[in-house]
Amino acid sequence: MKASEEEKKHPMENLLRMDRIPHIWCPGCGIGNAVSAFAEAIKKIEYDLDEICVVSGIGCTGRVAGYIKTDSFHTTHGRGIAYATGVKLGNPKMKVIVISGDGDLSAIGGNHLVHAARRNIDLTVICVNNFIYAMTGGQVAPTTPRTAFTTTSPFGNFESPINIPRLAEAAGAVYVARWTALHMRRLTDSIVEALNKPGFSFVEVIAPCAMYYSRTNRLGDGLNMMKFYYDNSVIKHGEPTENVDIGFQEEIVIGKFIDRERPTFSESLKSWQQENKTGKQGGID
Amino acid sequence: MKADPRDVLTGTYYIDGDIAIAYGALAAGCKFLGGYPITPSTAAAEAFARKAPQVGARFIQIEDELGAIASVLGASWAGQKSMTITSGPGYSLMMENIGLGAATETPFVIVNIQRGGPSTGVPTSTGQADMMQSKWGSNGDYEVIALAPDSPQEGFDFTVKAFNLAERYRVPVMLMADECVGHMTEKVVIPDASEIELETRRFYKGKKEEYKPFKRDKSLVPPMVKAGDGYKLYITGLSHDESGHPILDKKLLPDLDKAGVTNKKSTNRFLVEKIRKNRDEIIELREENLEDADVIVVSYGIISRVAYRAVDMARREGLKVGMLRLITVWPFPEDRIAELAKRIKGFVVTEINYGQIVFEVDRCSHGKTNIILVPHGGGSVHDPDDIYDAIKKTATEKKRYQGVLEYTTSLERSVFGGSMAEKYGK
Amino acid sequence: MKAVENIFLKGKHTLSGFEACAEGALSAGCRFLGYYPIRPSFEIIERFINRCSDVDGVFVQMEDEISALAAVLGASWTGRKSMTVTSGPGFSQMMEHVGLGVMLETPCVIIDVQRSGISEGLPNAVGGGDIMQARWGSHGDYEIIALAPNSPLEMFELTVRAFNFSERFRTPVVILSDVVIGRKKEEINIPDQKDIKIKKRKYYKGKKEDYLPFKYDEKDLIPPMVDIGQGCRFHVTGLTHDERGYPVMSDSCQEWNVHRLVNKIRLFSDQIIEVEEDQTEDADVVIVSYGATSLDAIKAVKQARDEGIKAGHLRLVTIWPFPEKRISELARKIDAFVVPEINYGQIFYEVERCSRGGAETLFVHHASSQVGQSADILKSIKKARGNNK
Repeated sequence: MKASEEEKKHPMENLLRMDRIPHIWCPGCGIGNAVSAFAEAIKKIEYDLDEICVVSGIGCTGRVAGYIKTDSFHTTHGRGIAYATGVKLGNPKMKVIVISGDGDLSAIGGNHLVHAARRNIDLTVICVNNFIYAMTGGQVAPTTPRTAFTTTSPFGNFESPINIPRLAEAAGAVYVARWTALHMRRLTDSIVEALNKPGFSFVEVIAPCAMYYSRTNRLGDGLNMMKFYYDNSVIKHGEPTENVDIGFQEEIVIGKFIDRERPTFSESLKSWQQENKTGKQGGID
Repeated sequence: MKADPRDVLTGTYYIDGDIAIAYGALAAGCKFLGGYPITPSTAAAEAFARKAPQVGARFIQIEDELGAIASVLGASWAGQKSMTITSGPGYSLMMENIGLGAATETPFVIVNIQRGGPSTGVPTSTGQADMMQSKWGSNGDYEVIALAPDSPQEGFDFTVKAFNLAERYRVPVMLMADECVGHMTEKVVIPDASEIELETRRFYKGKKEEYKPFKRDKSLVPPMVKAGDGYKLYITGLSHDESGHPILDKKLLPDLDKAGVTNKKSTNRFLVEKIRKNRDEIIELREENLEDADVIVVSYGIISRVAYRAVDMARREGLKVGMLRLITVWPFPEDRIAELAKRIKGFVVTEINYGQIVFEVDRCSHGKTNIILVPHGGGSVHDPDDIYDAIKKTATEKKRYQGVLEYTTSLERSVFGGSMAEKYGK
Repeated sequence: MKAVENIFLKGKHTLSGFEACAEGALSAGCRFLGYYPIRPSFEIIERFINRCSDVDGVFVQMEDEISALAAVLGASWTGRKSMTVTSGPGFSQMMEHVGLGVMLETPCVIIDVQRSGISEGLPNAVGGGDIMQARWGSHGDYEIIALAPNSPLEMFELTVRAFNFSERFRTPVVILSDVVIGRKKEEINIPDQKDIKIKKRKYYKGKKEDYLPFKYDEKDLIPPMVDIGQGCRFHVTGLTHDERGYPVMSDSCQEWNVHRLVNKIRLFSDQIIEVEEDQTEDADVVIVSYGATSLDAIKAVKQARDEGIKAGHLRLVTIWPFPEKRISELARKIDAFVVPEINYGQIFYEVERCSRGGAETLFVHHASSQVGQSADILKSIKKARGNNK
C-alpha cells in the first residue's frame, strides 16, 4: 500500500525546518531525542508558535535552534541565556526557550545561568548534557565524570564535575528536573511543566556523546550508552539536589527535583514600573 | 641559554601545525597552558595535554576564554613561561585581559589560529582577519608583537621565537597562524636541544626592600620577580607608577588637571616606547628579488605560499616582481616599506580579509607608489591567478592612484556578477 | 498609546553631556538599556533609568558586559531600539558581541565613555584610547560607524543620529565620548520632539512564509527586518549564512556575506561622514581632532591665528568611516597636519595614511593632564610651520 502525501510527512513538520534535514548530529546521539521531546511538548502546550522563540549558544546542542521552526537565534558561545533575557524583556509576550549544551550553559555561560535563575526571569532552559565538548572534538567539560578519558584529559579526568541541578537550585530556579534521553515521555511531560511554569525553569537531559565520550572510554555505541543510563537511573522526585552528582558509569538520580514559587522578574518589573510612572524619582533637570 | 633536552622532542615528524605549535611551546620551556576548546585550535591543546606530564608542564582547561587568559597571566607571574591557544571568537573574549597583560608587562604567548569571521563565521575554514585586532583590540594604548607562520615547521620555530620575544620585552606576543597552517600536515624537523636558543627571563637581583616592579633601566624593560619570592609585590591594571601602585589619589580625582599631574608618573608610555624603540631588533622580514623589482608582493602567513606561485608565474613571464613576507606583522616594518615605495611601481598586498595590513602599507608608502589589494573573504585561500593578474596590472599601470585600489577577484565576480564597487558607482 | 510627548524635554535646559546623551536616546526612541555598571559611564545609565519608565522603556543590569550587549542584541530583534553604555574595560569585554551584532545585522548603539590608559587605567580621568578598538576590536572583517561628540548638545544630537544610522545601516554604532564632554554642563536648546528626524527601521512587507532574513535590497545592500513574534519564524546565526539565515560553510557564501557587510558601509560612506571645518580654506597647518581634544584645538587655532599663523581646524564628527577623501584633498593644499590625541597615536595613523605624503603629519600626545590647555598643540603648530618654511 502506498503512503498518502499526508502520511509521508514528518509528524512534526510544522515545528521543524524540514529544509534543514538531514541534521548534523551523529547516529546514536541523544540530542535528537531532546529535540523530539521539546517539539512534542510545544505541541502539547498549544501555544501560538509565532510567539515562541528558541535561542541557542554554540556547540552540538547549540545547533538545535536551526532546526526548530519558530523565531530562532544561534548566538555566541555561552551567551544564549543573556541573549534570551534581552528577547524576553524586549517582548514579554514571547515564550523564550534556551536550548544548549552543558559546556555552553555551565562553563562559559555559567555566570548567566546563575544570574538568570537569580532574577527568576521567565525562561525555560533545556540543557543537553553530553559530558564533553563534542563539537570541538571531545575535550574535557565541567560535567565530565571523574576518571573519564577525554582528548584533553588523556590520563583520566581528575577534576570534580559540576552538579548543574544543584547550581540551578542554589541560584534560584523555580523548576529543576533531570531525565535521560530515553525517558521520552517523562522528559516531554517535564518540559511541558517547565514551559507552563512562570519563572526560570531548568531541565537537564542526560545524553552522553556517542562519538567522543563513548569512543574514548570504550563504552559501546550511542544507543548502548543511552540504554545504560536508562537502566541505571532511579527516579526520585524531590530528591535534594546535593545527592544527584554523576559518577563515571555509576547509577544516576533523575526526576523532578525542584518545583517552587518565587516572584518572577516580569512581575517585579511590572509592579516597579507602575510605582515609578511619571517621574516620581525626580529626574528632569 | 639552550633549551632543556627533556623539553625538546627532537626528531622528524609528520604532524599538523597545531601539534607543531604545541611542541614548539614545550621546546621553548612553556610550562603552563590555559585553554578553552575552540575549532580549529583544539589539536594544539590536546597535543600539549598529552605531553605535559612528561616534562612537568601543566595544562588546564578552564571555563571560558576570559578565564584561560587570566590563568595564563597568573602563571606567568608565578615564574612559568605560559601561553594560551584560541581562535577568533575566543580571541575577542580575551581582549580585556590582553590589556591587563600589556599593562602589567606580563610575558606570555597567545596563539590565534585564525578562522573566517566575523562572529562565529566559518569555524573550519581559514581567515586572516584578526590582524588589526591583535594590535588594537583592547582599550587604551599598548604595543604587541605579532608573528605569522606559513607552515607547521614555522609553527614550531615561531612559537619558540614568540616565547623569546615575550620574555625579552615583557609583552604579549601573538602567534597569528590560521586554520590552513593549523590543520595542514607537513614534515616538521625538531632540532636538538643544543640548537635551540632560549631567552631567559631577566630577574631582579638587588635588595628585596628596594624592589620596584616597574623601575626600568635603559632597555626600558624592567626586571621581574616571581610571586612567592617574598617581595610582597603588588600588580594592578590601574595606571601605576614605578612601585606598581595605582596613581589614584582620592583628593585629586575630581580635578582632572591634578589627576593628570599624577598621570605623568604613569608608566603607560613605556608600554609603547619599549617596542617602538626596539623596533629594528624585533622586525624580521623575508625578502626575495627586491633589488630589481618593479612590483612587490606583500604577504604574510599562509597566503605568502600562494603568492609565491603567482610571483613565480610572473617572473617566468619576465615581469620584475619581488616578494616581501612579513614574519613579524607587528611592529610593522614602516621604514622598509617607505624605502621600497620610493622606487617601485606598486605594492600588491594579498591577505584573507578586505583590507587590514594593506592600510599600513598604504600609510607607510606616503603616496609614492600604487597600492593594490587582492582581498579574500576567507573560507579558502586566493586563486594564484588573481594575484598574478594583479601583479600584471600593477606592472603595466601608468596612472598613479590615490589610496588603496581593490582588485576584483574571480570570487567576487562569481558571487556578485562583477565588481561591487563599480556597481555602486565607486 | 498615551501622550508621551510631555515627557520629552524641549526648549532650553541646562544639562550635562551624560544627561543629554540619555535624553537623546529617549528622543531617538531607545526603549531598552542593558548595562553593567562601570565608571564613569554610570551617569548616563542613572538618567535613563529615572526617565525610561514613563515611556515603557525597559532596562536591565546584567551580570557582566558580555551579557549586557547580548541582551541588547536580543532586545533589538523584538523591535525595541536598544543601547548599552560602558567604558574602556567593559568595551573590551563586548568585543565578541560587536561581531555578533555585525553578523546578524542588528541595529544597536554602544556608548563608550573612554577613560585614560590601558586596562583599568585611570577610571575617572579623560581618555581617548578606544578609537582604533572601535574599528578593529572584534575578530573578522567588518566596518563600523563611530561618532565623537564634543559638547552636551552634540551628545544629544549624535545619540539620536547614532540610532538613526544603526537603523538605516543595520549595524552597531559606537559613540566615543569621554568624561570632559560628559560632565560638561551647558544650557542647550532641545528641539521639539516632532522636529527631530527619526529614522524608522526598514521592515519586511511581503508574505510571512516567504521572508528571508538576509535577502538584501540591491539598492542599499540592506535586508529588511522583522520583529520576533510577528510570525515569520525565521532563523539567524552568527555562522556564515545564506539568505535564509542558515549556515553554509563555503568560501563563496563567506564572500557573499562579508563582502556585503563591509560594502554596505564602505560604498555608502558619503551618507555617513561628517566633518566640521574651521578656516581650512587658506590654512597652512590643519589640526585634526575629535571629542575632548577638539576643544583645546579650537583654542590653539585661535591663538595661532592671533600670532599670524594660518592654522585651520578639522573636527571629526564621524570617526569611522574615516573621511579619507577630505584628508587627501586637504593634504595636497596644506603643509602639515597636527593630530593631538589623548593616546599614543591612533587617528594619527589614519591621517598619515590618507595624507599620502602630501603633507607632513605631526602627532601630539595630549595627555589627560593637558586637557583644557592648548600650549602643546600650539607648540606643534609652530613646529610644523617651522619645518615647512
